Amino acid sequence: METQSLERTAHLPQVTEPRNPGMELDLDWVRAVQANTSAIERRAATLPGRRSVKRDYQAAWLLKAITLIDLTTLSGDDTVGRVRRLCAKARQPVAPALLDALGMGPITTGAVCVYHDMIETAVEALEGTGIPVAAVSTGFPAGLSPFHLRVAEIGESVAAGAEEIDIVISRRHVLTGDWQALYDEMKAFRAACGHAHVKAILATGELGSLRNVARASLVCMMAGADFIKTSTGKESVNATLPVSLVMIRAIRDYYDRTGYRVGYKPAGGISKAKDALVYLSLMKDELGDRWLQPDLFRFGASSLLGDIERQLEHHVTGAYSAGYRHAVG
Amino acid sequence: MSIKELFETMEYGPAPESAAEALAWLVDQGDRFGHFIDGAFTAPGDGFDSRNPATGEVLATLTQATQAEVDAAVAAARKAQPKWAALGGAGRARYLYAIARLLQKHSRLFAVLETLDNGKPIRESRDIDIPLAQRHFYYHAGMAQLMESELPDAEPLGVCGQIIPWNFPLLMLAWKVAPALAMGNTVVLKPAEYTSLTALLFADICQQAGVPKGVVNIVTGDGAVGEMIVASDVDKIAFTGSTAVGRRIREATAGRGLELTLELGGKSAYIVFDDADIDSAIEGLVDAIWFNQGQVCCAGSRLLVQEGIADRFHSKLRARMDGLRLGNPLDKCIDVGAVVDPVQLQTIERMVASNTAGTVHQASCALPENGCYYPPTLITGLSTSDPLMQEEIFGPVLVSTTFRTPAEAVELANNTRYGLAATVWTENVNLAFDIAPKLVAGVVWVNATNLFDAAAGFGGVRESGFGREGGWEGLAAYTRPKGKCKALARIEPATGQGAPVDPIDRTAKLYVGGKQARPDGGYSRPVWGKSGLLGHVGLANRKDVRNAVEAAAGAAGWAKTTGHLRAQILYYIGENLSARAEEFAHRIDAMTGKRGGAQEVEASIQRLFTAAAWADKYDGQVHGVPIRGVALAMKEPVGVIGALCADEAPLLGLVSVMAPAIAMGNRVVLAASEPYPLAATDFYQILDTSDVPAGVVNILTGSHGELAKPLASHLNVDAVWSFSSTDLSAEIERAAAGNLKRTWVNNATSLDWGVDHSKRFLQAATEIKNIWVPYGE
Repeated sequence: METQSLERTAHLPQVTEPRNPGMELDLDWVRAVQANTSAIERRAATLPGRRSVKRDYQAAWLLKAITLIDLTTLSGDDTVGRVRRLCAKARQPVAPALLDALGMGPITTGAVCVYHDMIETAVEALEGTGIPVAAVSTGFPAGLSPFHLRVAEIGESVAAGAEEIDIVISRRHVLTGDWQALYDEMKAFRAACGHAHVKAILATGELGSLRNVARASLVCMMAGADFIKTSTGKESVNATLPVSLVMIRAIRDYYDRTGYRVGYKPAGGISKAKDALVYLSLMKDELGDRWLQPDLFRFGASSLLGDIERQLEHHVTGAYSAGYRHAVG
Repeated sequence: MSIKELFETMEYGPAPESAAEALAWLVDQGDRFGHFIDGAFTAPGDGFDSRNPATGEVLATLTQATQAEVDAAVAAARKAQPKWAALGGAGRARYLYAIARLLQKHSRLFAVLETLDNGKPIRESRDIDIPLAQRHFYYHAGMAQLMESELPDAEPLGVCGQIIPWNFPLLMLAWKVAPALAMGNTVVLKPAEYTSLTALLFADICQQAGVPKGVVNIVTGDGAVGEMIVASDVDKIAFTGSTAVGRRIREATAGRGLELTLELGGKSAYIVFDDADIDSAIEGLVDAIWFNQGQVCCAGSRLLVQEGIADRFHSKLRARMDGLRLGNPLDKCIDVGAVVDPVQLQTIERMVASNTAGTVHQASCALPENGCYYPPTLITGLSTSDPLMQEEIFGPVLVSTTFRTPAEAVELANNTRYGLAATVWTENVNLAFDIAPKLVAGVVWVNATNLFDAAAGFGGVRESGFGREGGWEGLAAYTRPKGKCKALARIEPATGQGAPVDPIDRTAKLYVGGKQARPDGGYSRPVWGKSGLLGHVGLANRKDVRNAVEAAAGAAGWAKTTGHLRAQILYYIGENLSARAEEFAHRIDAMTGKRGGAQEVEASIQRLFTAAAWADKYDGQVHGVPIRGVALAMKEPVGVIGALCADEAPLLGLVSVMAPAIAMGNRVVLAASEPYPLAATDFYQILDTSDVPAGVVNILTGSHGELAKPLASHLNVDAVWSFSSTDLSAEIERAAAGNLKRTWVNNATSLDWGVDHSKRFLQAATEIKNIWVPYGE
């Protein structure tokens, strides 16, 4: 146990963040929230042109991005072997030689994210690494199975060793403006998670408007979400910069008002190293450096890592890299 | 620092754009530049250094133009102009298109050179200035193509003198040169002395595009060269710069028959209502006042926040400011670059230092040791009476105050001598569309700021100048109606002696605020006809002008009436005039001693009907700007228009001015025909019986020479027109410089009143306001 916690402190922040306990549902606040789509899109569109990270700084940022990845497999054909391979990649996401060349010690991804049935396999494969296992839950991805089963699913996953639970909200509560129902649901999920951290997946691609995204973000935080997350990866539109801007502005407002930091996880559609840099600068500019650590920021991604590895090798050799030179996850 | 350390600190680090290509171009040119005259660069002469404000380094040596060089440039432009116009729209379009393509091909060279020369962040020159400049040439290539078919009655002005500022060097060049060339004019352009390099690179581009020699001429130098251009034999002056210089140009060009457009200073309001998307409104401020270091004429520099959200808004804003990155403008990760010159930096420092009111917050970013840098600054808690709420700072300094209600927001926003732009943030469409038309500004952005495009006109009202750049409305600044004007001879009042024709004395008075008023001075003069004494008219003086303008200003409600209502009243005036047509015809004939009275009355009735017809049809446009949204080009009344009416057509001259002006919602102060005033004084009886609200039309009689100056210098008059046979053009235009009111003077030429010029009058009687409304959910 002693060595394990030492290893963890090597790549997790020193500060222990108090968990967001939630608060009473404040409907006045929720209903006052506005999100002007055109203005948000303009900000999102100009951000990549306003921020640029080069050379060693870029390499450092890309390494950071790796430590923020929830390395994910959420497929119907997942097997024990497939999940073990993914976990091996999570333990060693970058070839040691490459890390040496960069002057960097060992790093791991932020977590591994799987379906419930794969939790045990993942926990076993990651034993001693300190890498948490995240499980998607509550009838993922649609969230339309019976409520008691969704709550029960959380309990099963926590019992199986998941330290993080990615729940899906009932989109219909948002679409009908039933904020009380959303709040109650989220609160029940949070309670069921116990010590495990809960990420609330809003499925923003199905919420109809950025205003709804903003209000749903706030309600989920009021109900005690540790993280808010964009998407299941199964919607037709997943993480986008405008959606991210809305959600992290909600996080900022929540922090300003309550003093509790809630984490953010964009998921789906982030597959390029350059995209990851833009997201990092978005977090840095809008929320500050504190949100660049794995306890407050994660990428839900599967193919992002491969692109980052190629960019890192390019940084070291000066030659553009090839995918087959890096171990698949 | 090692990668391992950077992994912990997560700093941005430097991300410099290379200056190598731009510096190489300067070396290729010998680091010394002459002027571009008649298609070739002149040998460099005595001049001055052009410096990089971020470092103080000398980039090149430029030549101060001499009088002979300015004359040569104007002569070259004069010589080239007829052939350039005769080339036809399609022929000119090819050159404009070629320029646009070349600007695109060399876009990074232009961007880097602009940043080196001006100090603006490379992001801005790369993503905003240069693409917009290209867009202007593409757009106006299209306008050249369409000129013959869409503007069949327009012809080029001739040679245009163009003087541009240092804040958007290439973009302002494009705004000036593209429409001028498209419409068949040739140009002599002077870039600002701080920032001439991209104009010289543009000259290089013109050579590459094969633009015929003499069509584009560029002379460099300081304000003295600008004065030479203003004084030279050009047909038009287009100026963008400070209000003080604009006023001097107005005075210097007075009475010379030059066309003039001025795009001047501003203190644009940035209004945030309590239902706005606050974070987006704050991000908007970054684009409003920290764009180009705040050196933007239309910068949203005056923040008005609804009281209930002010504290939260300001604290969020301060946090956002602290995140701004200031430094090397060539760094791709910089938000705020260098101020253009040490002189400008000192001005900003002095103005902020002189302020003792409110609370000052400056962004917590480190300033580079060298170079002209000023930190983003917010001053909250100011009142309208504080100088910094009224004066343009032209730097990254935002001043702020609060308001309680929408009406108060409008009142505070309009409490300024300027009228360039305004920004409104609200999620309520009713509120946005209620407020935007009430703001006195040429451009209004709803839930956005500093959006520009070639398809939408840009320009101001009040002391922010006049004329529009961009869009269909911008072409008016570079064309005039075809046709020649005849010289106008002064018409003296008839003299005579003997008894009155009408044994019962009828006293013609002034018509002010819907009432007959005796002249303040208590003097009258006789009006003689061939048959004898026709009557007496009052001699209005400056106090009568004051009273009439007061009445006109008080009738502001007229502007808010519907076009339909104004049409009904104009028809009614026509109907009532028609009922007394014979009497009016007699009166005109008796005064003029001619027999055209009946025809003049009939034409006057037609003018009234034409104006009535237009009252509800002179529509604005929806411009196709390249955003998801629209730019609504709304036509608004100019306000209070003072006019000296034609002497030769006592009724028609007055009606031709009055009818279109009031049809558009203006209020008018009309000085009647000086020699033949009785048609006008009879006419107010018609107005009295036609439901015209008090103050909408005010009629003065007397000496045009005496009335011109008080009318033209009155600061509450928005436009002044003169069709008098007394040549007062110079005096009027000089006096109009006070509040930079729009002028339309005849320069001692006559307008053929038998021809219906209603369209010209409608155009002169309206201002185009572009309201940008991005949308999307």
